[in-house]
Amino acid sequence: MSVYFDHAATTPLRPEVLAAYVSALGVVGNPSSIHSQGQEAKRMLEEARERVAASVRADSVEVTFTSGGTEAINLAIKGLFWAQRSLKPSKRRILVSRAEHHATIDTVEWLEKHEGAVIDWIPVDAVGRIDLAYVQSALADDVALVTVLLANNEVGTVQPVASVVELAAAHGVPVHCDAVAAYGHVPIDFPASGLAALSISAHKIGGPVGIGALVISRSATVTPLIHGGNQQRARSGTQDAAGAVAFGVAAELADRASRDLTGMIALRDRLIAGIRAAVPTAVLRGDPVDRLSINAHFTFPGCEGDSLLFLLDRAGFSVSTGSACQAGVPEASHVLLAMGLSEPDARGALRITLGTDSTAAEVDALVAALPAAVDRARTAGLADRSPTLGR
Amino acid sequence: MKVLAAMSGGVDSAVAAARAVDAGHEVVGVHLALSRMPGTLRTGARGCCTIEDSMDAQRAANLIGIPYYVWDFSERFRLDVVDDFIAEYAAGRTPNPCMRCNERIKFAALLEKALALGFDAVVTGHYASIVTDHAGNRELHRASDGAKDQSYVLGVLTTEQLAHAMFPLGSTPSKAEVRAEAAARGFSVATKPDSHDICFIPDGDTRGWLADKVGAEQGDILDRDGGVIGQHEGALAFTIGQRKGLNVGYPTDDGKPRFVLEIRPKSNEVVVGPREALAITELAGSRFSWAGLDPVASGYVDAPGDTFACQVQVRAHADPVPATAWVSTGSTGSTDDVELVINPTEPITGLSPGQTAVLYVGTRVLGQCTVDRTVSAVPVLNGSGAGSSV
Repeated sequence: MSVYFDHAATTPLRPEVLAAYVSALGVVGNPSSIHSQGQEAKRMLEEARERVAASVRADSVEVTFTSGGTEAINLAIKGLFWAQRSLKPSKRRILVSRAEHHATIDTVEWLEKHEGAVIDWIPVDAVGRIDLAYVQSALADDVALVTVLLANNEVGTVQPVASVVELAAAHGVPVHCDAVAAYGHVPIDFPASGLAALSISAHKIGGPVGIGALVISRSATVTPLIHGGNQQRARSGTQDAAGAVAFGVAAELADRASRDLTGMIALRDRLIAGIRAAVPTAVLRGDPVDRLSINAHFTFPGCEGDSLLFLLDRAGFSVSTGSACQAGVPEASHVLLAMGLSEPDARGALRITLGTDSTAAEVDALVAALPAAVDRARTAGLADRSPTLGR
Repeated sequence: MKVLAAMSGGVDSAVAAARAVDAGHEVVGVHLALSRMPGTLRTGARGCCTIEDSMDAQRAANLIGIPYYVWDFSERFRLDVVDDFIAEYAAGRTPNPCMRCNERIKFAALLEKALALGFDAVVTGHYASIVTDHAGNRELHRASDGAKDQSYVLGVLTTEQLAHAMFPLGSTPSKAEVRAEAAARGFSVATKPDSHDICFIPDGDTRGWLADKVGAEQGDILDRDGGVIGQHEGALAFTIGQRKGLNVGYPTDDGKPRFVLEIRPKSNEVVVGPREALAITELAGSRFSWAGLDPVASGYVDAPGDTFACQVQVRAHADPVPATAWVSTGSTGSTDDVELVINPTEPITGLSPGQTAVLYVGTRVLGQCTVDRTVSAVPVLNGSGAGSSV
C-alpha cells in the first residue's frame, strides 16, 4: 500500500463524510418537489448549504452548489464578465496572472477568443506572488473583473487577496478568488473579504468529487452558465442533496482544522528540512513562510519530474510533478515558467502535499527514499538530454 | 526481467505488453508523448500521438494489470525526428521518420532512460524476431508473418540496442491472430485501425506540411543533359520516379514519358528522364551500421573489403532484391571515405537518396545504410557518366 502524499490533487473521503454521504444517498426526493419527501430532501440540502456557508462565514443564500471547482471558476469568471459587460460594454479587460490554475487560464482565454475579452496578465515574482503594483497601475474603468488564487495549487504561495480587493474596490471592480487549493488550510471570512465570488470544492477537504460551490456575494451579479429551472441563484439543474450533505460534513471538519494549523505546519517543515538535508541541491519553490500548510514543492536540478514520480511511485509514495496534465501528458509547469524558471529547471519539479492523516514516520520514510531516487532520476535525465545509443 | 513496454495505444503494442507479462517479466507500460500539442481525433489527427491514443494505451495497461505512465519525449522527438525529417528533405533526400524514431527515440532516448531507471529491456509491438546464436550473439530476423514483417524499420538497431530489445509479436503467424488475441483479452483496441502515414503530419499531407516548413519556389525542370525543358512550383514537391504533374510538354523528343530522376534542392532544380534511367545498379552510403555481428564476425567474408552475397530492401514493403555488397575504403583510405556499396543483381527503380537500404542474409537483418549516392543503369551519354549522384 502506497503512502499518499498528493492531497492537493484529491483527498481521501473522511469516514464521517462517507457515513453521512451513504445515508443521504438512501433518501429519495427531489429537493424541488412539493411533497413531504421532496421537502425532506430540501431540508437536508439547505442544512448542508448552511454548513458550507458557515465554513467561510457566508450566508447560505450566497452559496451556489456546482459540479466542482472547475465549474465554480467558470461560472465566476464568465458570469462576472458577462454581467459587467452588460452593465457597461466597455468593460472587457480581465486582470489575471499566468500562475493561475488551468480552470482559470483556459476560461479567460476562451473569453478572449469567443467573447471579446482582453486579458491583462499580472506578473508574478520568483515565489509566485502576484505583483500588486502592477494590479494597481492596471486597474481602470474598463476592467470587468480581477481573478486571483487564494493560494497557488502547485507551489503553495498564499496571495495578497485582501490588498487586491482593496485596490479593485477603488474602481468598483469585482474580484473572484479561486480558493479551491487553499480551502481548509487558510481561514476564510467571505463577508469581511470584500470578494464578489469565491470558488471552493469538496474533494480537496475530505469530501466527494462531483460537488463544489461558488460563493457569490449578495451584492454581486453573475450571469448563469447553465439554464433549465432556476433551482439555485446562479445555476439550474436538479440539486445533489446527498453530495451537499457530504460536502457540509467535510466543510465543518475542514473549517475546524483550519483554525489550528500548527501540527500540519510542523510536519510540513519537517518534510522541507528533511528534503533539504537529504538532497542539498533541491530548491524549495514558492514562498518559504507564506505557504499552504500542506505543501512542499521542490525542483531537483538535472532530474525529470516524471522519472522521480515513477521511482517514488515504485518505492511506495504517491507524489505529483505538480504540473498540468492533459490525459496524463506531462508538460513543464506553466506556474514555474511564470515564476521565471527555465524549462529544464521547471521539468524537475515535485510537489508533495500532506493530509490530516499524514504522519512524521511517513514523512521520514519519504525523505529516506528520496536521495536514491534523485540519483537515478539524474542519470535518466542525462540519458534523456543526450542519449548515446543510436548515434 | 524488468521490462518497459512502449505502448502507443494500438493493438500490437498492447498485445506485446500482455505477452511480456505472460512470459513472467515484471512489466511497466509507458506511452511516449511525442507532441507538445497533442491533437485529438476530433481535431483531425489520425494514426497515433493523440490524446485518445494515450487513453487507449492506459486502458490496455489497466486490463493487463500493469502500472502505466506517460513520459514526455516531445523535445527529443522534435530534434531527432521532425527536424531531421525537414533537414533531409531540404537537402533533397527522402528520409524514413519511423526508422529514425526507432533508432533515436524508442531504442535510444527511451531505452537509455529505462536502463537508468533500472529496467533491463524495452518491449515493443514490432513484428520482428530476435534470435540468439549458439555463441550467445543476438541477431535480428524477419517476423514469421512475412506480410506484416517490420524488420526493415528496425534495421538501424545496433548490437547494443538489440541486447535490450524485446519483440513478443515476432513469432505470430498473422496480424489477424494478434487482433483475435486482443479481443480475447478484452482490449477495446482489438479492432482499432492500423496507423498509417507520418504521425506528426496529422492530415497526411506531407507535401503541404513540408512546403510550410521549408518553403516552395518556382524553379527549372531539366533534362539529363542539363537543358531547361519546363518549370516547377517547388522542387520538394516531387519524388524520385514521379511521372504525374511534370509540366514539360508532350510529345518529348523521343516521344516517351518523363520521370523525376533527381531533385537538386540547392539550385531548386528537378531532373527528369526516361523510365530506363530510373533503374539503379549501384547504391552506397557512408552512414551504415550492423544489426549484431558484422560480416567478418558473422563469417560471411574474410576481410572487411570482400564482397558478400545478400538481399537488399529499400522500402518497408518493397520486395528484397538479390545483391552483392562490400565495404569500400575509397581511394584515399581515409575513414571519411568508408562506405557500404551495394550492387543489386537486377536494377532497383525509383530510389531516392536518404532512403535506407537494409541488407538481409536469408531472414537475418545484417545491417543498413542511408543511401548517399546511386548509379543509374543508363549513363548520361554526354555527361559525367554518373547518374543521380548527390
